[in-house]
Amino acid sequence: MTENKNTVSFTLNGEKKTFATNPDEKLLTLLRREGYRGTKYGCGQGTCGACTVIMDGRAVYACLLYSNQAEGRSIRTIESEGTFDNPGEFQRELIAAGAVQCGYCIPGMVMSATALMESEKNFDDEIVKEYMDGNLCRCTGYEKIWVALRKVLDRREAASADKPASAGKSSVKGGKK
Amino acid sequence: MKDERAAKFKQVNHSVTKIDALQLALGKDSYVGDFVPNNALIIKMLWSPHPHAIIKSIDVSAAEKMPGVKCVLWHGNVPRIAHCTAGQGFPEPSPYDTFMFDKKVRFVGDRVAAVAAETEEQALAAIAAIKVEYELLKPVFSIDEAMAPGAPIIHDEPEAHVPIPIPYEPKKNLVAHVGCEAGNFEQGMKDADFTFDEIFETPYAQHCPIEPYISMAQIASSGRIVITTSTQVPFHCRRIVAQTLGIPVQRIRVIKPRIGGGFGCKQEVLLDDVTAMFALRTGRTVLWRFTREETFRTGRTRHPFRVRLRSGVKKDGTITAIGLDCINNTGAYGGHGLTVVSCSGGKTLPLYHCENIHFDGKSYYTNLPVGGAYRGFGATQAFFAIESLMDHMAEAIGMDPKAFRQLNHIRPGEGSPIFAALGEGREGTPMTVGSNSLAECIVQGAEAIGWDKRTDWRTKTGRYRRGIGMACLMQGSSIPDIDMGAASIKINEDGSFNLNVGATDLGTGSDTVLAQIAAEELETATEKMIVYSSDTDMTPFDVGAYASSTTYLSGEAVRKAAADAKRQILATGAEMLGLPVAEVHCENAAVLNADGSKKVSYGDIACYSLYQRNQYQIIGTASHITKKSPPPFAAHYAEIEVDTWTGFIRVLNYVSTIDCGTAINPTLCEGQTEGGTLNGISYALTEQYLFNNGRMMNASFADYHIYSMRDRPPIRAIVVPSYEDTGPFGAKSVSEICINGPAPVLANAIYNATGARVREFPFTPDKVLAAIQAVKK
Repeated sequence: MTENKNTVSFTLNGEKKTFATNPDEKLLTLLRREGYRGTKYGCGQGTCGACTVIMDGRAVYACLLYSNQAEGRSIRTIESEGTFDNPGEFQRELIAAGAVQCGYCIPGMVMSATALMESEKNFDDEIVKEYMDGNLCRCTGYEKIWVALRKVLDRREAASADKPASAGKSSVKGGKK
Repeated sequence: MKDERAAKFKQVNHSVTKIDALQLALGKDSYVGDFVPNNALIIKMLWSPHPHAIIKSIDVSAAEKMPGVKCVLWHGNVPRIAHCTAGQGFPEPSPYDTFMFDKKVRFVGDRVAAVAAETEEQALAAIAAIKVEYELLKPVFSIDEAMAPGAPIIHDEPEAHVPIPIPYEPKKNLVAHVGCEAGNFEQGMKDADFTFDEIFETPYAQHCPIEPYISMAQIASSGRIVITTSTQVPFHCRRIVAQTLGIPVQRIRVIKPRIGGGFGCKQEVLLDDVTAMFALRTGRTVLWRFTREETFRTGRTRHPFRVRLRSGVKKDGTITAIGLDCINNTGAYGGHGLTVVSCSGGKTLPLYHCENIHFDGKSYYTNLPVGGAYRGFGATQAFFAIESLMDHMAEAIGMDPKAFRQLNHIRPGEGSPIFAALGEGREGTPMTVGSNSLAECIVQGAEAIGWDKRTDWRTKTGRYRRGIGMACLMQGSSIPDIDMGAASIKINEDGSFNLNVGATDLGTGSDTVLAQIAAEELETATEKMIVYSSDTDMTPFDVGAYASSTTYLSGEAVRKAAADAKRQILATGAEMLGLPVAEVHCENAAVLNADGSKKVSYGDIACYSLYQRNQYQIIGTASHITKKSPPPFAAHYAEIEVDTWTGFIRVLNYVSTIDCGTAINPTLCEGQTEGGTLNGISYALTEQYLFNNGRMMNASFADYHIYSMRDRPPIRAIVVPSYEDTGPFGAKSVSEICINGPAPVLANAIYNATGARVREFPFTPDKVLAAIQAVKK
């Protein structure tokens, strides 16, 4: 249960922070008030994923969490994922694939994909869909988002398939590109 | 098939990276909500819980005294000015039947009173403290109830009128009536070997942009109202807010930042009169953002239609008559009632050869959610009927449905009496079709889906049965003689350009497309364009993003503005090189002579013209209107699997071909096509409004399902080029047409799988199962 108090402390994008809050405040409201506005409001009902952030490694809906539930936790937002000079790998692929139309769902998509990549080793389509199912997009039909994500995941699968197989030596295993 | 002119393009017809993609992917402040100061007042609305009622009394005194409350608005303290929120040109072809606040409520979700308070909690508490006494009136929940003699009158206010001379009879709940005849329909029916007379129904649906409606208003230091809003129509927004508040346009500035999707719903000016009024009354920054629930209940929807379609066909495949009678339910307010029903004929009937055509379109008020503009705009609803019936006719004469369409579809250079007969609020504009690669679309789509493996439904057995369906489609590109777009472009010292357009990128990528068009004309790189859209103080006028107009219409305005700037660049470049203008040309961001021995860069030309001699600003400006609305064409195909025990449909593959003329940005064209197609599939299979006494009961994404990444079938978009001579570098429109396909394609595939005819969607398992059970082999 959350304690009824008027501040909350958590690690935000790697930095320890303390914010004023109140027991009714949602994490999404707090983040946006404090300038972390890449996290979007889409429904306030935990159904669209525009507000997705990562809490202790898991993708969560910031619109459903009370800010006090972040106490002592580690929160990551889209602001940690890339910069103009150095966008993240998935962000680069999204842009290259033409997957960003209105863009409103994209920060949430990026956070769900990040949680996927950091939690799983197996990126079978069904697992990927499980992770991304909570992020709705009305513009793209998901085609180009899927293409971008699959590119990143295939690359990771290929890299991790190489490593354990032959401890540094060139791997001849598989035909995966 | 690619036109030889297209082979020479350097900027257009290339998949340039969308210019705002990086900022959006990084989550940088971009949308209205990202610019709201923390001290903004929050607006909340008290919505009508009743579908039809008189507000007998309203007491806001307790609410006004609540903590944090700065202002309460209701019908007793605002101007009563009849207007239309549809966000159309002026004067609108829609009734003035709306007031900022009224004494009558006409649907569950209509405005009653609004509060602006320091916090959302305070605003909600104050809303709960407003006391309202209603006198309930008999509600009207269907087209049949609306048109019945003695039906309750939904708009009995004396002010209700349409500002142009078109049929409008609010005492009969009739919002609009339009029709046209070509040839002799009755005779055509007599000449047929087979005749058909069928009824089709299409449902309510919501646009579901992931960014809900949102508007912020502020009072600038000058005292003017600045509205930052998620709109497709900034200039119409300014005009309509001025009208509704009874203040001059001059006092208002409307800024459109990045938009989180619209699909038509943000053509409606639905929030901005209230935010502007609160800003005026309080002097504070005010924010009104709809919740998802409000977006479903109060936001605009797709008009439900009832379509009666009659036709006659000869054994040889000649279509002798088509009779299309469309009635739409426009809900509690009449915006877009006429134009949507007009387009249900105007943007569909020219597709097939037929000499005897009858069209009749009506629009009725009900006490249900309000119809608005929605991608496809009436064509979507009518194509469900027409493309279903095309299959029925082909079946009757024993012809392959693809061959039947190939025999009858409109060819390049042909016209249709419908183009001249049906406009939007007035007669249409006669035209012939220029570019048209529909024939090729049909062939390529058939190959991609594997049409040749399609077999008769009677040969299929077992629980899971597969079927293949198709449809052909058209739309338009802007509204001829009505829509106008304008642009200006000026040069900077480094050879970059500011391209200012009123055209409204709502997430489609039109800023990128317009930058490509300007760069192509100016012989420079797209990256050199700094695009600003749109801001009523800063950018030239544009009607806005609707009617599939931006690439075709605003794009040509941009091309002309760029050509104007190019003339000035050539003149100054020639002056710098000491050559006659006739001896120089533009190439690769420079002005040079024929052999390239004398050359000066755009950057040097800009510096010379701004600082050195005969100084002036190189700036081009242009406007564009059109006499044509060239249709894009498409052929859609799907393969599905029907579970005949449950009625559940799985889409295995979907192919969307598109003839959009020159694809200015092929990747963005694919994106439009894929997205619109999936929206259409979701609409055909699952989306619906469930009502209880007029109240929409499933107002969340948990209960109103839109397709997710898990649900999506593979969709293949195939761009089949043509060259539209009247469009910028051969382009016509792309964004709307794709949503028209899925409902008829899937209906035809269901028939091909099972022999079941479905004439009403969404094709939920209960409907499909009932239709399967009705089939007698």
